[in-house]
Amino acid sequence: MKNTLKQVFHSPKFLVGFCIFTSILLMMIIYPLVNPGNPLEMIGLGTFAEPGTYVSLYDSVGTKTSTLKLDGADVKRIDQVLSGEDRVNMLNWFTADSIDISGLDITDTDTLLAMWKANFDPSIRLQGMTKAMRNYYIRLNDNINAAASADILTVSEIDASTGETVEKAEINKTDYVNVGDVANVKTLPLGTDNFGRDTLKELVSACGTSIRIGLIAGTVATFIGLLLGLLGGYLGGFVDDIVMFFTNIFTVIPSFVLLILISYSISQDQRGANTIAIVIGFTSWVWTARSVRSQVISLRNRDHVNLSRLSGHSLMRIILTDILPYIASYVVMAFILQISSGILAEAQLSLLGLGPKTTDVPTLGLMMNWAMLYSAHLNGSWWAYFPVILTIAFISFSLNLMNTGLDQVFNPTLRD
Amino acid sequence: MSKTVLEVRGLTTKYITRFHEDVYAVDDVSLTIEEGKSLGIAGESGCGKSTLALSLMGYYFAPLHYISGEIIIDGKSISGMDPDTVRKTVLGTEIAYIPQSAMNALNPTCKTRKFIQDVIHAHDPHADNKQISELAESRFAELGLPASVLDRYPVELSGGMKQRTVIAISTILKPKVLIADEPSSALDVSSQKMVIKMLRDLMDKGYIRAMIFITHELPLLYNVTDDIMVMYAGQIVEKGTAREMVFDPVHPYSRGLMHSIIVPEQGTRNKKLSAIPGTPPNLKKPPEGCRFAERCKYVVPQCRYNTLPMIEFEGTRTYRCGHSIQHLKEVYRCEDE
Amino acid sequence: MKTNESCVISPENQSVQIRHLEDIQSRPSCLRGKGVTKIFGTGGKQTVAVDHVDFDFHEGELVSIVGESGSGKTTLSKMLLGLLNVTEGEIFYQGKLRDISTAKKKREYWKGIQAIFQDPFSSFNVFNKIDTVLLDCINMCGGRHFSKEKKIELMTEACCFVNLKYAELTNKYPFELSGGQMQRLMIARVFLLKPKILLADEPTSMIDACSRATILDMLLHLRDETGMTILFITHDIGLSYYISDDVYIMEHGKFVEHGTADEVILAPKADYTKRLISDVPKIYEPWDLSTVKY
Repeated sequence: MKNTLKQVFHSPKFLVGFCIFTSILLMMIIYPLVNPGNPLEMIGLGTFAEPGTYVSLYDSVGTKTSTLKLDGADVKRIDQVLSGEDRVNMLNWFTADSIDISGLDITDTDTLLAMWKANFDPSIRLQGMTKAMRNYYIRLNDNINAAASADILTVSEIDASTGETVEKAEINKTDYVNVGDVANVKTLPLGTDNFGRDTLKELVSACGTSIRIGLIAGTVATFIGLLLGLLGGYLGGFVDDIVMFFTNIFTVIPSFVLLILISYSISQDQRGANTIAIVIGFTSWVWTARSVRSQVISLRNRDHVNLSRLSGHSLMRIILTDILPYIASYVVMAFILQISSGILAEAQLSLLGLGPKTTDVPTLGLMMNWAMLYSAHLNGSWWAYFPVILTIAFISFSLNLMNTGLDQVFNPTLRD
Repeated sequence: MSKTVLEVRGLTTKYITRFHEDVYAVDDVSLTIEEGKSLGIAGESGCGKSTLALSLMGYYFAPLHYISGEIIIDGKSISGMDPDTVRKTVLGTEIAYIPQSAMNALNPTCKTRKFIQDVIHAHDPHADNKQISELAESRFAELGLPASVLDRYPVELSGGMKQRTVIAISTILKPKVLIADEPSSALDVSSQKMVIKMLRDLMDKGYIRAMIFITHELPLLYNVTDDIMVMYAGQIVEKGTAREMVFDPVHPYSRGLMHSIIVPEQGTRNKKLSAIPGTPPNLKKPPEGCRFAERCKYVVPQCRYNTLPMIEFEGTRTYRCGHSIQHLKEVYRCEDE
Repeated sequence: MKTNESCVISPENQSVQIRHLEDIQSRPSCLRGKGVTKIFGTGGKQTVAVDHVDFDFHEGELVSIVGESGSGKTTLSKMLLGLLNVTEGEIFYQGKLRDISTAKKKREYWKGIQAIFQDPFSSFNVFNKIDTVLLDCINMCGGRHFSKEKKIELMTEACCFVNLKYAELTNKYPFELSGGQMQRLMIARVFLLKPKILLADEPTSMIDACSRATILDMLLHLRDETGMTILFITHDIGLSYYISDDVYIMEHGKFVEHGTADEVILAPKADYTKRLISDVPKIYEPWDLSTVKY
């Protein structure tokens, strides 16, 4: 036993798979400790806030400021005002005004602005330019002027009793606050989803739920498959005929269609994560049963089983001590694959909207479903679905790696 | 003095196990086979017989590794070649190898004719299929295989027939040396006899010029080969003609082997069989001195540390033991009485 | 080890005097069959594996059943063991019609008949230690309540009988033994169980020619020691000649010849027997290869 474990952990494939899976599990345990709270809590209004660190603007006004004079601060400020589109439009204006722009690099903000200030005149009416376009250029010019000017911003407070505005603070261009001093800062590594929920927190929680679904589905499927396979294979005859009858029926019906139908017939309120897991388990035992049965049939005629029978051992004892240990490694491998396929089945079901009810817990499939319903993939909010896909891929990849690694250890024909 | 076909000098090969331990399965083996002769190799399982067969081909792949020694076929050395060259220029034309489970080596989806074409095309890519077929048909007819076998799939043939087909395919290019590693152990006695007959035919008709036959069935060896070599723990312990080895073995181990012969003939029934006690040594750590010392009835203390060379006696025979010939013969004579 | 000294019987150290029985016919019948038939499959695809065979094995006899693969000898042995149902015919055990209709009766029958199988490597449950195998036997023949010392003593005795050392085997797994050692352990198991009949189904075909002699001698020794009937099933007519009193030759599910070993092997009557003998390599007489017909 110890030796086998040693061999298993000597297999590089198993080791890599095991490391990936363990780190996912560790993440699931550690992250909620760091960032506690309900994963389904809606912290943001509006949909899909981008990943990043959010600093409370309100709090930063009152925070102690330091004066920093940094080179190029203005340029950066203008850079932020001036989008790539604006720069191209500026070029267009120059061309329309028949100004030589050869050698001009639109990423070089300084030269571009200098040229703009030298040449732009709002009163010029260029041929073929619409009024809207003219207004746009005037607005752009104002913006550039505003960003470049050395104004001080004033923050005012409205007095609740009198209704007068009272000047509260003045903000210089050279005023900086330390992020650590600001009372409210929130880092959202994966932004928020369509309901304004912290995507990372949701993902970690969903990962746990999905693995639980996989485990339950795998256990149910392996248990049913093992039981039927053992009985059919060892007893043979009439029992085997019945087992094979059911197995064949389940093989012929596509299990996913069956899964959809069963999920559909259970009402939305009844569909918890566990229910879905059991339903998935009930539809995926077929291959386990078939392969266990065929292995048991070949084991049944082995001499050690015959000897065990001759020794007068009972049926249960023969199955438990003479047959089960021989197929145990195979069953473990099948179980690992069942977990992986259970997670995928849940994702597929949820994507179709037949997954667990949406108010309880997040699952990986549900997260993808939400992202799809709110067109995250169309408006470029990659953080709402891409990490989910990556997580599913990593989980099933690691489980499959572990399975292959185990196969190499236990299957003598694959040993090197 | 006839021509030497195969000469092996001090061949040593080892296995490297999964846990990076060295197992010296063939240790300093030297042998020669002359034109038209056959050599039998006998020994218990795990004594290095099969490893020797693999090593003789000069085709090494993990976990088997070549260490030292020379293999000379017809005056040409094949040791030290890289595996690809060996595969192209040696296997099939110089040496052919038939393992015990050769009959399972046939791809069930191909007809026999296809295998022969593959073998010939591997050495001569421009060979004409029609000529190949003619060659195959005439060869099969000479070896007593019906021509219909050529157009059958392996599953349609019985075990013995498959084994004979494999032998016919592997000798189609007239290899100089044929190495047969227990070619008949998995077969019925009647199929076994056919395989033996076929090997004899191959020798008689000159399709192979020398043969190495490996088995632990001594009566079979006695009937098939001219010389017998007994291996123990990776080393040769005794070599002589078949008759000498069966009826007058010198080494205690050979003697033990010959005492386990059982044949359905008068004299067997009341013969006292004797077996060699114990098990062969672990080749990861071969014992010092005589490797057989642990199981030998006639062991004396110096057996356990003296390194033994092969000793020649009676002109053609050799053995590896610390005792003198006279002493051993005297002991055996007393024992038999 | 105090128990090691009880090694008195050992076929290797002590020369076995082979004692072939002369008074077979006068001994009481142990296992008798009348028209025993086994048909596999139903309807149009029937295969007759064993075809109306009659046999009579006497107590204390060592009988060989010789046949090539596919002759039905293994099917017959499975039927004799009660692992396969008999399609037709009757088997009498110790003079009475064998009744193995219920699990309990089967268990009772199996106390009287045991087996050694062909492949030692698949005869053991690789997950059980060797002690478990032997302890099982002691428990099975009513030794469940024995003290631990008594059990160890019995196991040591059994190991000694087959020239193995219990102290070296305890806490080992079967795969740590060689094929010959495993097969000897199987004999030790039978020695502990002391059944009336031992069915040895090709016990030497998977092991080295060199260890073969040991196994055969142990079987002979076992018969002499316990007086059990041994059915030795083999494809090697040479072995059957060496070991047995009586020989049955089986071809295509039928017995084609039956007689004492000397009669059958030295003066065969049936063509099949003659062919079997001629197919085996010889050393005293020339082995005629020219008779081979492809």
